[in-house]
Amino acid sequence: MKNYNIFICGVGGQGIGLLSEVLIQSCLAAGYAVLGVDTHGLAQRGGIVVSHLRIGTRDKLFTPRITPGEADLIVGLERLEAYRGIVNYMREGGTCIYYDAEQQPIHVRMGKTEYPAISELEQAVAERQGKLERVFIEDLPDVRMQNTAVLGRIASFELVEGVTGDIIREQLLEISPAGARDANLRVFEQAMAART
Amino acid sequence: MSKFAENMIRKDAWTGLMMGNHALVRAMLESGVMVVSAYPGSPTPEIAAAIEIIPEEQRPIHFEWATNEKVATETAFGASINGHLSVVFFKSVGLNVALDSAVQLSMLDCTGGIVVVIGDDPGANSSQNEQDNRHAGRMMMMPIFEPGSPSETYSMFMEAVELSKKLKLPVLFRMTTHVCHARELVEFGPIPEHDYDWTPRYHAEGLEYWPITTAVFPLKRKAFAKLAAVEKHALSSPANRVISPNGSEPVSGRRLGVITHSIPAYSVLECLDRSGSPIDVLKLGITFPLNPEQIVDFLNAHDEVFILEELDRILESEIKAIAFDNKVATKILVRPEVEHLMHEFVPQRVWDLFSGFWPECFEPQPARAEPAEEVSPRLAQMCPGCGHRSAFFAIRELIEEEFPETITVADIGCHSLGSMKPYEMGTVLLCMGHSNGTAGGLAIGNDKRKVVCFIGDSTFFHAGLPGIINNVLYDRNVTLVVLENYTTAMTGHQPHAATGEIGDKIKIPEVLEALGVKFLRSVDAYMQDKLKDHMRDAMNHEGFGVVIAKHPCMLKFIRDKRKRAAATKNAQSVNR
Repeated sequence: MKNYNIFICGVGGQGIGLLSEVLIQSCLAAGYAVLGVDTHGLAQRGGIVVSHLRIGTRDKLFTPRITPGEADLIVGLERLEAYRGIVNYMREGGTCIYYDAEQQPIHVRMGKTEYPAISELEQAVAERQGKLERVFIEDLPDVRMQNTAVLGRIASFELVEGVTGDIIREQLLEISPAGARDANLRVFEQAMAART
Repeated sequence: MSKFAENMIRKDAWTGLMMGNHALVRAMLESGVMVVSAYPGSPTPEIAAAIEIIPEEQRPIHFEWATNEKVATETAFGASINGHLSVVFFKSVGLNVALDSAVQLSMLDCTGGIVVVIGDDPGANSSQNEQDNRHAGRMMMMPIFEPGSPSETYSMFMEAVELSKKLKLPVLFRMTTHVCHARELVEFGPIPEHDYDWTPRYHAEGLEYWPITTAVFPLKRKAFAKLAAVEKHALSSPANRVISPNGSEPVSGRRLGVITHSIPAYSVLECLDRSGSPIDVLKLGITFPLNPEQIVDFLNAHDEVFILEELDRILESEIKAIAFDNKVATKILVRPEVEHLMHEFVPQRVWDLFSGFWPECFEPQPARAEPAEEVSPRLAQMCPGCGHRSAFFAIRELIEEEFPETITVADIGCHSLGSMKPYEMGTVLLCMGHSNGTAGGLAIGNDKRKVVCFIGDSTFFHAGLPGIINNVLYDRNVTLVVLENYTTAMTGHQPHAATGEIGDKIKIPEVLEALGVKFLRSVDAYMQDKLKDHMRDAMNHEGFGVVIAKHPCMLKFIRDKRKRAAATKNAQSVNR
């Protein structure tokens, strides 16, 4: 198979680590080889957090980072970062699944730049002949579950053959902290069912 | 015990998904490392996290955070000459701090073995420069191992340990940011039964640990002899290997090869996979000392060889010298532009570089068009509730209103972010602990502009004290603001001398008093009016003055509170 590249992006503190861990373990469980790399550094201070996942066969995977313009799937946990991900990394015909959280950076607060409207994401994706899937849950019990909601929506599409919703659910339950397991499962199912 | 910790210490062989930093820890456990010392700095803190997650009673490794990288190196050295296999780790620029001691090690018999692990940072992902510590390895006369993936981190560390123990010499284990943080399946071996013998076996016959004046030369000869042994070892090391993914055949009548290292080697292999060209790759895992025979053989087997390295022209220079000495006729190709001496070599960049030399193998591609969309930047910023924000806001206001033209000096830590908008407090930055010295220099002959410098609490101990002592001694017209948040926040909340997590708190105000600081005030960073009053007094004070603006790191404060709440809840459920 050709490698499948997943570019995950958001803001420090949104739980990209767990999201990426669930996806990586799901792909391994489905029998694929995986290479990944996360950015750390200043991420914890409200900076950009990015995780690259490359899925395929061992003999065709070399470096963990995705070349700009070659991501098959952009997973965003915040609107501006999803937009940045689409613009820089989405391939022609790629997919973006993002949680529509809004965290304004300092430049926007100071009035120097504009925060993107949903229509700008739609347009950027259309120009790349791609597909955009917005995830938003009105009554999310905890903002820390935005990552679970996105996972639920990813699980509703079988974007990588064999990485089924059941596998992703299983890995989520395996990895999520015991106390949050039931709530995570509810959010996961809700997001999965709400697919557009 | 967490599943991660269980896996870390399981005795049998297993395969698991691992980050480079964590694979290193499994390699430490398999090879019987006894002492690890470190100072936190990205990209390496996860090494400590993986050690500390193992419950203490089941952890064979004695691990500790040191005051700075130099002390960490000395700690590991002391353990090693007592016969205990030891490791010291820190980030790239940490080696500058450690160097005074580290540079001595290769002359001395490190009987237990010692590996110096550094996290270099090509691309300056989280550092103030891109310094290439392969230079330092040469100056320190330490062999350099350069893994390019988590699997190589694991296997090459085991090899480095064997070499270090056998030759009693320190090895520089050079990881880079995206090796530290890369994740892949790693096949681990079993953990053998180590005897972990804590007998203090330090022994000196004469002056073999005392390198002063004429005693230096026999010791230096010994270091050269050890390097010669490593050079021989390099020839048969599995870390140095030739890879021919597409077979080896001439291309347009020329046999082509690449000599490379670390992650760039994988970028080359990715390009070769796309291109399908039959080009051979000599991937060097031991990049110092080079084995001339190995290099000459590879050069002679090819008509053109490209030397692809990341950062400085180190392999290029040495390989060219070897080629010259051995009258090699092979055409040696190197990176042509200054721009190539910066940043990381991701596959696209390697392709573009190669296409300029071997277009028949790497078809030149038009540069990817810059996306038309404008996307707002997002800079890292201080967290909501952070005491530094409050302090910077108040101090900026005071300076604007009453002390215009004040020069503000930053230091390393979360508070470095105060240099950015909207605070713009601290506009000159060198490294850990520089602020007092630099501020002192700015104050010389200067009765026109006030000088204010900042420092965090971990850095205060790390490298801040000598500069502070200088400012006390010369009674400089400098105001120091100690931003105390009771942790080493930037790198993930490691303890330091004043947090009370390691031993009794060494209290910063008491240290400053004992040093003879005449003007000393302390205030919670949230009390902005009071902070401004203290700052005004300090800046009007003739001579050196210190204001401590304290507030706990809110990220840590909230996490600790949640943990305590969870613990109480658990205790209650047990009581019922």
